[in-house]
Amino acid sequence: MTAPAARVEPYQPVFVGAAKAKLDGIIARYPAKQGALLPALWMVQEARGWISDEAMAEVADVLETTPAQVKGVVTFYTMYHQHPVGRNFVQVCTTSCCNLCGAEDVVKALLAETGAKELGATSPDGKWTVIEVECLGACGFPTPILVNDDFIENVTPERVPELVRKYR
Amino acid sequence: MGYPQKPHPKETVVLSRYFGDPEAKTYQGWVKRGGYEALKKALAMDPAAVTEEVKASGLRGRGGAGFPTGLKWTFMPKEKKGPHYLCVNADESEPGTFKDREIMRWTPHALLEGTAIAAHAIRAEVAYIYIRGEFTEPWAVMTEALADANAARVFGNITIHLHRGAGAYICGEETALMNSIEGKRGNPRIKPPFPAVAGVFGKPTTINNVETLAAVPHIITRGSAWYKGLCLSSPKSTGTKLFSVCGHIQKPGNVEVTMGFPLKDVIYDMCGGMRPGRTLKACIPGGSSVPILTKEETERCLLDYEGVAEAGSLLGSGGVIVFDDSADMVYQIMRLAKFYAHESCAQCTQCREGTAWTTKILERILAGKGQLKDLDLLLDLSENMTGKTICVLSDSCATPVISGIKKFRSEFEDYITGKKRPVMVA
Repeated sequence: MTAPAARVEPYQPVFVGAAKAKLDGIIARYPAKQGALLPALWMVQEARGWISDEAMAEVADVLETTPAQVKGVVTFYTMYHQHPVGRNFVQVCTTSCCNLCGAEDVVKALLAETGAKELGATSPDGKWTVIEVECLGACGFPTPILVNDDFIENVTPERVPELVRKYR
Repeated sequence: MGYPQKPHPKETVVLSRYFGDPEAKTYQGWVKRGGYEALKKALAMDPAAVTEEVKASGLRGRGGAGFPTGLKWTFMPKEKKGPHYLCVNADESEPGTFKDREIMRWTPHALLEGTAIAAHAIRAEVAYIYIRGEFTEPWAVMTEALADANAARVFGNITIHLHRGAGAYICGEETALMNSIEGKRGNPRIKPPFPAVAGVFGKPTTINNVETLAAVPHIITRGSAWYKGLCLSSPKSTGTKLFSVCGHIQKPGNVEVTMGFPLKDVIYDMCGGMRPGRTLKACIPGGSSVPILTKEETERCLLDYEGVAEAGSLLGSGGVIVFDDSADMVYQIMRLAKFYAHESCAQCTQCREGTAWTTKILERILAGKGQLKDLDLLLDLSENMTGKTICVLSDSCATPVISGIKKFRSEFEDYITGKKRPVMVA
């Protein structure tokens, strides 16, 4: 007896209709099409939450480059997700200045409160992924964190439960 | 100090004058405060005259290298054969530095105005402002400001685009930044060719920092003589500079002072000094890539390019990281090395291997498994990481390690000899 084949959803392209028109506008800003690669990848991530191999192939096609070029770029920049992440993606700065002011305690509190338990893992409810990042450029407001696109300053372990409640 | 505190009486507020003033963010509010007058004036001037004025002001690049701005502009081809580009470096990510972020958040039009003036001076039709991906708020503020300024048609024939980074410290290096705008991996390029010859998309390009460009409209409006007069010590360092103060300090934030201002006044007076019962141990005066200063060196340091060099470090980006007597220098230097290991683009062997091994050896020492010869090994490694790579990221990792071991050797030895308990697991 053979197991039924897993149903694979066909890939739905990102750049159709309004998204394609928006990208065309961005492409016009650069003398070479590939200049629009970073913005195009941002658009994919906003639409899908992460950037799959199929999406990289689509971007390569639209910008007339190769999937290998696109993958090289996706893997170089840390903000592009190469796999699905929790609905709330939390980035905590733990570089020196924030470290001096207790950033590692903020990480511990976030991992415990969100249920994500370990860095880079997603909580069982799929809502949270917490990672450490290098310098967020807000060293005077320790500890800064990014929850998706929300930049939050002066986070202390005491503030963590309230923040987690807000995004849950 | 600007936002959120009121300016300190010892500050010279030029760039930070409207920090914390929400109306200044808007186009109308900016115009009401005299905004875009400098651009009008500059656009009516010959590009070479604009460059001359900036050259005469003594303005030097605020991103870290301190290269004279006007002089940099003169490197662009005299005879224009094709497009010229201006790239604005808003990829602020040097640990300890958060000044460009405040300029963009509070005075986005100051940056746009300075950008347009610089583009005119170098005869560029297009300017790209490269904003780091993590700066979501500055991105939103700049997007709105650019749309409003475009609607008011203030830029003449100059087009300004915003370009969002995606998480890479190295893209603050000018040639990596250009690769990133071209949609490539942010690997620094070998120079020559220099950007003024073959820069972004292979065309003549100038790259300037946010703070540098934000100062330009003031120079055009008030004249180079006024700017040059803002000088407390070395005549080679003029104007005001934003210093981002963070770490073990009572009132962290940005302060704007005239070049040559004493660092000790910034720390003890303007930023409220140490926490109760604590004393100053060390200070990194110019962002994490510059040598660490001891307490004594910090207290005699004057904040200009020459003054900081004389104290034994570099002015860099003006990110002042303060360490009090509770700081574990070994652990903090390991964290810095870890930062560089994470951010290395991995093109050059010395950097890719050197930053990783530096981190591993420091972690080993912190785990109580170090040997005294590890300190010589670290110094040897650091020496081989200095001056041998395409860009200076490798050197930047070596710098705090070398100065740290030189100035705080006993702290390293305490972990090695067992005098101090391990804080990491091997």
